[in-house]
Amino acid sequence: MLWYIGKRLLQSIVTLFIIVTIVFALLRLMPEEGYLGAAAEKMSPEQQEIYLTNLGLRDPLIVQLGNFYASLLQGDLGTSVTYRTDVPVTTIISEKIMYSLFFGLGAVALSLIVGVPLGILMAQMKGRWLDRLGTGYIVFVVAVPAAVYYIFIQMYITEIFNLPMLFDEYNPISWLLPLTSMALAPTASYAMWMRRYMVDELNKDYIKLARAKGVKERTLMFKHVMRNAFIPLAQYLPATILFTIMGSIYIESLYSIPGMGGLLVDAIQRQDNAVVQGLVLIFSSLGIIGLFLGDLAMALVDPRIKLGKGESVR
Amino acid sequence: MGLYSEEISNISNRASENLFDFAIVDEKKAEQTGYSNYSYWRSTWKSFLENRFAVFLLIVVLSIITFVIIQPYLPYQKSPTEIYIDEQTGSQARNIAPNAEFWFGTNSIGQDLWSRIWAGTRTSLLIGFIVALVEVIVGITIGAIWGFSRKLEAPITQVYNIVENIPTTIVLILMSYILRPSISTIIIAMCITGWVEMARFIRNQVVILRDREYNLASKCLGTPSSRIILKNLLPYLISIIMLRMSLAIPFAIGSEVFLTYIGLGLPISEPSLGNLVNEGRVLMMSPDLRYQLIFPSVVLSVITIAFYIIGNAFADAADPKNHV
Repeated sequence: MLWYIGKRLLQSIVTLFIIVTIVFALLRLMPEEGYLGAAAEKMSPEQQEIYLTNLGLRDPLIVQLGNFYASLLQGDLGTSVTYRTDVPVTTIISEKIMYSLFFGLGAVALSLIVGVPLGILMAQMKGRWLDRLGTGYIVFVVAVPAAVYYIFIQMYITEIFNLPMLFDEYNPISWLLPLTSMALAPTASYAMWMRRYMVDELNKDYIKLARAKGVKERTLMFKHVMRNAFIPLAQYLPATILFTIMGSIYIESLYSIPGMGGLLVDAIQRQDNAVVQGLVLIFSSLGIIGLFLGDLAMALVDPRIKLGKGESVR
Repeated sequence: MGLYSEEISNISNRASENLFDFAIVDEKKAEQTGYSNYSYWRSTWKSFLENRFAVFLLIVVLSIITFVIIQPYLPYQKSPTEIYIDEQTGSQARNIAPNAEFWFGTNSIGQDLWSRIWAGTRTSLLIGFIVALVEVIVGITIGAIWGFSRKLEAPITQVYNIVENIPTTIVLILMSYILRPSISTIIIAMCITGWVEMARFIRNQVVILRDREYNLASKCLGTPSSRIILKNLLPYLISIIMLRMSLAIPFAIGSEVFLTYIGLGLPISEPSLGNLVNEGRVLMMSPDLRYQLIFPSVVLSVITIAFYIIGNAFADAADPKNHV
């Protein structure tokens, strides 16, 4: 067990290390305006040169990389240039991270509460109207790009129910629409997964045997089928965090929620390299931690996972 | 003795008769016992046709593709990028509601929305097809090598375990942020991440299939590996490949919308569905101008849903378990 966890942890760290290096290397290929900011026009080329040298951008790449790691280990992600001049990136992000976490985790929780029962109901009513309706919903949400239905939800639902169109921290009603919109896609994937699982599982021999010996339908569902379903579901849970990253980028800028997703859009549009770099690092660490925890949960719950011996690919 | 002589001669006559004929070897008849009228593609096509809705959507998609290709050559078509001038006022023909002249109206700088939508659909479909094709080719190649070669299996698995941890969205954002926005950079950014899933699918299937008896027999007879992969393994995987490919197209179109939304998409001079949706979104607040958002959104939704459903229906049809 420890061997497996250790190996998996090492893998995550290597991945993170590679991402950090790639992000660093790629951002050095960018035009240098991203580091000069609004002051660029006022400076003569010589002044620009001095400014960049002071920032350490004229050092050899290896030295730059070393400095970058050193400051990263101290939790320093540099300072913003164009977004909020000379404010440390960590300060900017720490102001925003709570909003993102609230909406991200809220959406995942909501989608679990709605998606799993929906999938179970669909499997039990297979072929009837509820199943068809649910399938239609799943196809729509999975196939159509999220931006399109998010925009239409914001446009029409706010009008019909007279809801506030923008996020207001002190008005909980305005949290409702962003949360539900963000939960739409993960709900669909949970429901789809749960339905397929239930349909497969109900055809298995042990279920037939249980039925034959007269186990009640309700006991069968809760004690046999669903207990088995939660093992693979545990693995999906952290992976949904990755989905919600994409959702949060749309939703936060649509409803002007002061979170990290909205910040990323702003920083990209203003070409603020330091902020983009910091956000990319945080998003990918979140993703990697999520996947790591998912695998860990799997290994803890499912005794069949090979404990470190041999290579298994999910 | 004389009494039975007739019968005896009868018997001996019978004995000298040819009681057993040698059967004539007929090659054709020998073939017939093992012959069935089954053809993989015909059965696939037949079970696909049973899904009426998917067939309908296939017709819709094919006509959209045809229309998108021939649309610029039809009469009365306007240029998608030209800014039209209102003759009465002499200024740009801004935000004109749909009428006989501009079938879908004009946008906020006076371009014809009808031709922009079809030009945008052309761009988005092009991106989708290229990405799907690259994904399939690279994914199959790597997946097949990964599953089949025992030497390369361990190193590729290690690389995969690392690559798989990197969030796709992040790679997409990063690549487009660094490269200058254009059709080719968007395609590159999507291709970099797209093949991984495909390779894993193929690899898992190949590992399952490669040690089956028929492949073992084939190997003992000296069939080269490349032929085993191409002739024995890949036909098994057609349903999965088709499914992945048809899902890659809506995903690529969606990613393009996403990139445009966060400001890393194609330049406005290059109409695409992502661009059009994004232009329309800005005008969301004024109800009279919402047609600029609704038209591209409807086209986009129809195309993506159609590909999704066709892909699923085809994958079902291509699965030999469903052929009866």
